[in-house]
Amino acid sequence: MNRILAALLALGIAPLHAESAPDPSDWDVVLETAKGQTVYWNAWGGSVITNEFIAWVAERVSEDFGVTLEHVKLSDTADAVTRVVAEKAAGKDEGGAVDLIWINGANFAAMKENDLLFGPWVNDLPNWQYVDVHGKTVQTDFTVPTDGLEAPWSMAQVVFMYDAEKLPAPPTNMQDILDLVRDNPGRFTFPQPPDFLGATFLKQALYDLADDPAPLLKPVQDADYDSVTAPLWAYLDELTPLLWRQGLAYPQSGPQQIQLLADKEIDLAISFSPGEASAAIENFELPDTFRTFVLEKGTIGNASFVAVPYNANAKSGAMVVANFLMSPEAQARAQDPKYLGVGTILDMDKLDESDRALFDDIDLGVATLTPEELGTALPEPHPSWMTRIQDDWTERFGVGRE
Amino acid sequence: MNNRILRLLPGATLLAMLGPVVAGLIGVLLPAFGWMPALGMTQLTTDAFADLFAWPGLARASYLSVFVGLAATLFALTVVVMVCACWQGTRAFNWLERVLSPLLSLPHATAAFALAFLIAPSGWIVRLVSPWITGWDSPPDVLVLNDPMGLSLTLGLIVKEIPFLILMTLAALNQINAGPTIRAARSMGYSRHIAWLKLIFPRVYMQIRLPVYVVLAYSMTVVDVATILGPTTPPTLSVQILDWLSDPTLMRHSIAAAGAVWQLGLVAGVLFTWRASERIVASLGTRWIEKGTRGRDSGSLRMLAFALGGGSAFIIGLGLAVLTIWSFAGLWTFPDALPQKFTFKNWERHLPALRDTATETLQIAACASLISLTLSIGCLEAEHRFNLRMRRYSWWLLYIPLIVPQVSFLPGLQMLFLQLGATSGTKAVICAHIVFVLPYVFLSLGDPFRNWDERFATVGASLGHGPDTTLWRLRLPMLLRPILTATAVGFAVSIGQYLPTLLTGGGRVTTLTTEAVALASGSDRRAIGAYGLALTASAMLPFALATLLPRAMWRNRRGLAHG
Repeated sequence: MNRILAALLALGIAPLHAESAPDPSDWDVVLETAKGQTVYWNAWGGSVITNEFIAWVAERVSEDFGVTLEHVKLSDTADAVTRVVAEKAAGKDEGGAVDLIWINGANFAAMKENDLLFGPWVNDLPNWQYVDVHGKTVQTDFTVPTDGLEAPWSMAQVVFMYDAEKLPAPPTNMQDILDLVRDNPGRFTFPQPPDFLGATFLKQALYDLADDPAPLLKPVQDADYDSVTAPLWAYLDELTPLLWRQGLAYPQSGPQQIQLLADKEIDLAISFSPGEASAAIENFELPDTFRTFVLEKGTIGNASFVAVPYNANAKSGAMVVANFLMSPEAQARAQDPKYLGVGTILDMDKLDESDRALFDDIDLGVATLTPEELGTALPEPHPSWMTRIQDDWTERFGVGRE
Repeated sequence: MNNRILRLLPGATLLAMLGPVVAGLIGVLLPAFGWMPALGMTQLTTDAFADLFAWPGLARASYLSVFVGLAATLFALTVVVMVCACWQGTRAFNWLERVLSPLLSLPHATAAFALAFLIAPSGWIVRLVSPWITGWDSPPDVLVLNDPMGLSLTLGLIVKEIPFLILMTLAALNQINAGPTIRAARSMGYSRHIAWLKLIFPRVYMQIRLPVYVVLAYSMTVVDVATILGPTTPPTLSVQILDWLSDPTLMRHSIAAAGAVWQLGLVAGVLFTWRASERIVASLGTRWIEKGTRGRDSGSLRMLAFALGGGSAFIIGLGLAVLTIWSFAGLWTFPDALPQKFTFKNWERHLPALRDTATETLQIAACASLISLTLSIGCLEAEHRFNLRMRRYSWWLLYIPLIVPQVSFLPGLQMLFLQLGATSGTKAVICAHIVFVLPYVFLSLGDPFRNWDERFATVGASLGHGPDTTLWRLRLPMLLRPILTATAVGFAVSIGQYLPTLLTGGGRVTTLTTEAVALASGSDRRAIGAYGLALTASAMLPFALATLLPRAMWRNRRGLAHG
């Protein structure tokens, strides 16, 4: 029995015939190797329109490059990270189950720190030349340098969605929001941290309330955490009982929050996608009385990235998909609220006329702010803040408040 | 059939069923005590437990697990006993049985969605009466879904467990021939329900004890229903364990393992307490029976029993109706009772993906059910030929995979599969499904197989046919209907599996259930409606076939059609 087990174990550890690390600077070889590969893209699967966008990408890369793209729909991005960690723990250094991950912030920092990523490869992608590397935060992820280990594919910025029929004049700062909720208790909530959007709400509130937001850009260990976050906890102590369901229950994700807007359970909600409200109106999910606003001191912005695990089975295919995501064609479709409604990572000045026309033709929708109205995005705090604030929030508000 | 192979089958079957449970438990116990050699951790420590006990939500989450489990089981069992005591043997009872049995095949996740749509403050019930009765233009801010007490979670489990317990009770009733006993007691002046409680219930309970334990353990540890209906601040213990498992830092993995061990201990403790209470109830009950009180027939009690039993079916039926409407809905805001517009757009956009997912779901279900069926028939035939008897402890063995909490051993199993190099998720998922499908298939096939009239075999033997011919040409064809039913049960069980699919499939294997629960995190009701209906249809279709096929095949042999 023991011998059988040992043989089985040996079999598991022995490499399946996976490709050796491809060289991204030799793009023709990458394209050649990618042909016929199946790429398992692990990406959050909770949003129908995002799933449809990924399905469209799959169709296009199959037509143009012979790459089969399978969307592994996660309910939490960390699941994919866990998978890679478990594979590393089990000694599975090749032929891993995850080829491409939609990743951000803490998950990226954790993978980078533990050498779980393949690369650098991003700056060798042919479409990198069109990316707006100066105007947009595409080379740092929550202040952590990406070092070519992850490729950007869309831009996000915090906005608030509100029913213009109910709130004629939208708030302009966090204190305004509190005043508004005091007058209309139970009509506002945010996704429950550690949900990504919920954690973003906490960081946005901290930015807006802090006397000096500068320490947020450095690791939390270097700052006086208690005094920096004191205004946030004071704010939340007052806000929480006034929240939807008195803060005893929270929506579990961004889309669940949109459902609450549609059900008229709440009037106001945070979003990380300037085009989300327009896309939801287009999709019958929200009435067309919804609009968006930003705070006067600015709102947090970041880029969404894709990364390739160190033991990915189809690295070439994954790079081909990442490159396609940066193409003007994919970027223009992603920006169109008919399909997805997210910001582009490309620099319009670097595109030729026909490509730029793709973007000029997009109807951004009634609820989307113009780039000028959105203003300059605030940088994401260092990821260590997110973890610490999240844990603290859970302890104070997330585990039973009578 | 080769006799040597047949002799080995019972052992192999036990291995297929219990092996993964034992391996998984070991795979959870080791990291819980800090033993993870792959990460250079080879010293036994209790750090993980210290971290677990330091988590501020532990007391609350553990309390929830115990409360929800006990409340759901007690309530469901009470309703079932009331319905049987007041109505057994009447035409209304047959009707109730027919309404409740299809609900058994309804996957838990679908029932939970259906209920959520219904009872939310902005749900259908409130919409039907708003604003014309309530005057509400926006929904009231009351905590119904995800309430910290876990009441809606308990309700969801109750309506889903009542059909299961009723069918288990019916099977038990068939074996004890209750009719004459009740008639005799009635002639001595006992009222209907008192006669049932005093004379039938003790014998029935002996038979349904293990299914009751299954309901208890399941309700304490369920994950998919708890994600949809359960509280979130904090969530139930098993949901929190899953959260820890999906954390990128490995430290949380050992907390998850410690949590899984803790959960196992809680379940064991509650089961032990339940078992001890059985003795107390039994001795109190004996005294009550000996007193000889006759009781009086109570019309209101009968109506209450009927309302509770029928009501649980009605709630789910209504939920399925509103699920259907959502799948065709355009914009539908509060307080409209119906969407402003109906559209096929939702189905058009989801149908291609649904078709692929449904195919994969049914393929997995088919493999798991057919393997389980083959093993079950082989075991039963071996039991018959070699005159092996099922002893009481062998029944326990069958129930072990259903009673040991999934969240206690599946994480360990996932790690094991990974170390065995199983990359093709589907095969691993089928293996994991068999663990849960096999007991149900075996249990539903066992009685019809053993009750088959041996005289047919004697006739066969007198015509010169061996045991193989008897099996293939007589026994199996005559048992077609129970065999098909057992297969349908296997399908339904496999289709409804959430955690085994998620953990052993490594996220690559998507079934209708994992897809539906993932969509719940996004909460697009149109998509959930479409997936919920597809889920229900694929679980119910095999049952419909199991009823219709024998009728069609044995059109000329009516005696066979009833199996």
